[in-house]
Formats: sequence, structure tokens, C-alpha cells
Amino acid sequence: MENDHFDTEIIKTKNVNFYYGAFKALTDITMNFEKRNVTALIGPSGCGKSTLLRLLNRMNDLIAGARVEGEVLFEGMNIYDPEVDPVEVRRRIGMVFQKPNPFPKSIFNNITYGPRLTGTANKSDLEALAEQSLKQAVLWDEVKDILGRSAMTLSGGQQQRLCIARALAMKPDILLMDEPTSALDPISTAKIEELIDELKKTYTIIIVTHNMQQAARISDKTGFFYIGKLIEYNATEKIFTNPDVKQTEDYITGRFG
Amino acid sequence: MTRQTVSGAMKRRYLKQHLFFGAVRLSAIILTLALGGILFYIIVNGIQVISWEFLTSPPTDSMTKGGIMPAILGTLYLTLGAITVALPLGVVAAIYLTEYAKQGRIVRAIRVGVNCLAGVPSVVFGLFGLGFFVVFLKFGSSILAGALTLGILILPTIIGASEEALKGVPQTFREASLALGVSKWLTIWKIVLPNALPGILTGSILGIGRAAGETAPIMFTAAAFFTAKLPGSIFDEVMALPYHVYVLATAGTHIEETRPIQFGTVLVLVALVLGIDLIAIIIRSYMRRKKRW
Ligand SMILES: Nc1ncnc2c1ncn2[C@@H]1O[C@H](COP(=O)(O)OP(=O)(O)OP(=O)(O)O)[C@@H](O)[C@H]1O
Ligand SMILES: [Mg+2]
Repeated sequence: MENDHFDTEIIKTKNVNFYYGAFKALTDITMNFEKRNVTALIGPSGCGKSTLLRLLNRMNDLIAGARVEGEVLFEGMNIYDPEVDPVEVRRRIGMVFQKPNPFPKSIFNNITYGPRLTGTANKSDLEALAEQSLKQAVLWDEVKDILGRSAMTLSGGQQQRLCIARALAMKPDILLMDEPTSALDPISTAKIEELIDELKKTYTIIIVTHNMQQAARISDKTGFFYIGKLIEYNATEKIFTNPDVKQTEDYITGRFG
Repeated sequence: MTRQTVSGAMKRRYLKQHLFFGAVRLSAIILTLALGGILFYIIVNGIQVISWEFLTSPPTDSMTKGGIMPAILGTLYLTLGAITVALPLGVVAAIYLTEYAKQGRIVRAIRVGVNCLAGVPSVVFGLFGLGFFVVFLKFGSSILAGALTLGILILPTIIGASEEALKGVPQTFREASLALGVSKWLTIWKIVLPNALPGILTGSILGIGRAAGETAPIMFTAAAFFTAKLPGSIFDEVMALPYHVYVLATAGTHIEETRPIQFGTVLVLVALVLGIDLIAIIIRSYMRRKKRW
């Protein structure tokens, strides 16, 4: 596995610095993310995990005064190249947020919203697409009879799986998840973890989490961040059993954070 | 502190609080009484002349008899015209200010300008309408000129209400849509605007309700002293309720004689404005019930 690194990488950052105005939130991040893998980003609050995640699909563009230095190469192309359309980038790199954020629309319209507006699916295919996406997100059985009902009436865990289904309906290459289970109960969390395990057969997943067990359970590689720097990036097993850096060990064992 | 002084302090505070609430309650009662009194006075004096006849026929006998139908219709035309012009313009301006423009000095300056505009006396709008629409653009005294003038008058209200409503749409909705690779413009059109619409409509309708009762802006731009014939096009003059009251109460030779008609007209005007407000309130409560975020 270690050898074919290069062939399987899908997105990587090269010497990336990130600024919110004058505040430098990320320093010199160089990181490869591998195809059909789950990569976990961990680290204490405020260390820049969300910043990095949002940088990968240009969601940080929305923040006034934010600035990126360095390159983010998605299949070899720098997504910060002036000629690149951020809208197109986000089509290929989907995102699931910490708090479930369905639209105040029906379940069906939530799923089909993206494909319909971006023209990535035919009208006649929408129903099949909705079913497929909901099945992928393991929500189909719970909602198949109430597709017309408002998504706001679902439970938090169901809403989050709906948001995952909504992202999957765009058939992205990469799925970014920012603490997707932090607002959920253990059962919903377990469901989403199972789901991630299933999804990684098709998708590349990058997930931010504060839950060490979760990172250990679901990820193949883990990156540990501290105050805007990537301290250690290694196979998850190594990080959690025998990390190279003392700081990583201290964090994982809860000695600081 | 001993128990005695503690309870003493508490009693004093309790008393103060009572006095304060008493004062608040009193001023609320006075306000309600004043409002109720005005309304009562209008109804008592106006109700005698109200009849189907009064609402559906034109004035006769130098406006000392007959109804006020042309004025009702004129006010409706002017108000509808104003909102047709001002609503799209105001919403577009608000979208620009909240969603597109870089939040900085220029936007702040525009906001201050809009707020100042909202504070300008309505007669100034009337004079502007006279100079610009009636004379310069040669619309003459007409529905068009009056509606445009009223439209400008309520534009700040509509922009303000729309901005508030747009800002009220959770940022997470925008993010969710953009993260799906939907363009900014489509995100605004499909997500932001529909969710802001109840607020926009409520604010705008309340604004237009106020404008419907204004005399000064239409006095020089649209309102006719008297026309028995109904307008045939937007370039015709119309009668209007507030101006009709003004005319009857000040300019006629039969001021005392027409008192009942004046009160009747005022009653109709008040009912119209309250009716418009009621529509806004209904829209708001209906949409609130539907909204779940
Ligand atoms: N919009 C913003 N404007 C200015 N500074 C910001 C903004 N968002 C984040 N920051 C700062 O950037 C740093 C990194 O924030 P980020 O949200 O990436 O942290 P995080 O690792 O995701 O933390 P958490 O685990 O609490 O979510 C923090 O110091 C934060 O205060
Ligand atoms: Mg975060």
C-alpha cells in the first residue's frame, strides 16, 4: 500500500498558508489525500481543521478577507488557479457540515436540488437518483414513504444522513465532512460511521473529528494539527499505537488538548 | 446585614418596580385610549354616510352629494402602481446590498443615504415628482407620475424590509447550496429569496399601507380636484382618497356642508389602510407557521 501512494492520490495541498485577514490560520500545509480512503483530521479546537477542509472545496471563498497561499492540486490541477470556477470545484468536492442543514423543502426536493439546478441529471432520472442516494446514505427505508414531507420534520440523525445523501446525489469525487456526528446520539453516530465505511468503496472521504475512537475506527490515515501546523500525518494505526511525535501522543492520550 | 434590613431593601425594590410598571402601564393605556378615541370619532361621524351608493358612485352637486368611487379607485391604482414599481426595484437593491456588494464604506454610505431618504418629508417627494416625472419627463399629472412618486417614497421602506428579511435567512442555507456546486445567483434565486419572501412582503405591504394615505406626494403629480370620468390610461389624472378629504375640508365653498362626506371618506381610507395592514399580518402569521427554522 505504501508504494502506490502516488497513483492513488486525488487531492493534495502544497505549502499552503491560509490567512483570515492578518491572522494566519494555517502554516505550510503539505498533505496528500488518497483515493477511496478515509482521512481523519484531528487536533485541539481552533487548530485549523475546518479551515483546511473548507479550503479544499473553496468554501473559504465566502469569507471576506480570507487569503490562500500555495497550491491545492485536485487531480493535478490547482483549484486556486484564477481560471478555475469555484462552483465547478464544489460540484466535484462535496461537503457535509457539522450541524445538519437541510433546506426547508421536502425530502425529495432536498436530494434533487443540486442535480436539478446544475443540470447533472435528467428530469426523468431524478426519482431513481433520489432513491439511489438515499439508499447509499442508509436512509431509504426510513423515508421512502414520506418523500414529500418537509425535511425539517426528520430527526437530527436522519437530517444528517439526508445531507449526506444530498451531497452524494451530485456524484462528487471527494466528500468532506466536518464533525458530521458531533450533534448526534450514539446510535445515529454508529449509523453514519457504518455508512462512511461503505462509502469509501466509491468515494474519497476527508473527515474532521474530535472523537479519537471515531478517528481510530473509521480512518485509514490521520493528520494531527496543532495551532495551524500539521504535526504528524501517518497511517491511523500508527498514529494511535506508536506515533512519531511526542505531541501527537500527548494529544491522543488526553494529556493536553 | 440583618434579616430586617434585607427585607426592607427588598420591599423598597419591590415598590420601585411596582411604580415603574405602573407608569408603563399607564402610558400604554393613554396611548390605546388616544388611538381608540380617534378611531371611534371617525367611525361615529363617518358611518352615517357610508352606503353601497356612497362607495360606488361619483360625487355630484359640486361634490356636496354623491359618492367617492373615483377616489377609491384612484387610490387603489396609485398604490398598486407604486408597489409594482417599487417592489422589484427595492428587492433587487436589497439583494445587491446584502448578497453582492463588498461590505465596506460604499455600502455603508448607500445605507445611510437610504435611511435619510426614509426621513425626508413626503412633500419633498411630491415636489420631486412634479419636477421630474410631471414636467421633465412630460408625464403630466397622471397615474404614472403619481405611482412613480409614491414608489420612490416607499422605496427606502422596501429596501430596509428586504434587507432585514434577506439577512434573516440562515447562512447555513447559503452554504449548503453553494457546497453542492450551485452558483451564487441560483442560490439566491432558489433558496435565499423564497425564504426571505414573507418578510419582504410583510414589510413592503406595511409600507404601501402608509403611502396610500399620503396626500403630499400625489397632490402635484396625480390627484385631480374632481373628475367624474374614470381614468382611461395611466396618463390620466385620478381622484384619490386623501386628496379628496383635503379638498373638501379646505378648498370648497361648502366645507361645513360636506363634513359627513369628509368623515365618510376618512373612514374608507382608514379601513383601506387597516385592510392592507391586515393582509400583511395574515401573510406573516401564515408564513411563520410554515417556517420551521
Ligand atoms: N471566519 C473567520 N474569521 C477569522 N478567524 C477565523 C474564522 N474562522 C476561523 N477563524 C480562526 O481560525 C482558527 C482556526 O479555526 P478553525 O475553525 O479552522 O478551527 P478548528 O480546528 O476547526 O476548530 P474546532 O475544532 O473548534 O472546530 C481559529 O483560531 C479561529 O479563531
Ligand atoms: Mg471546526
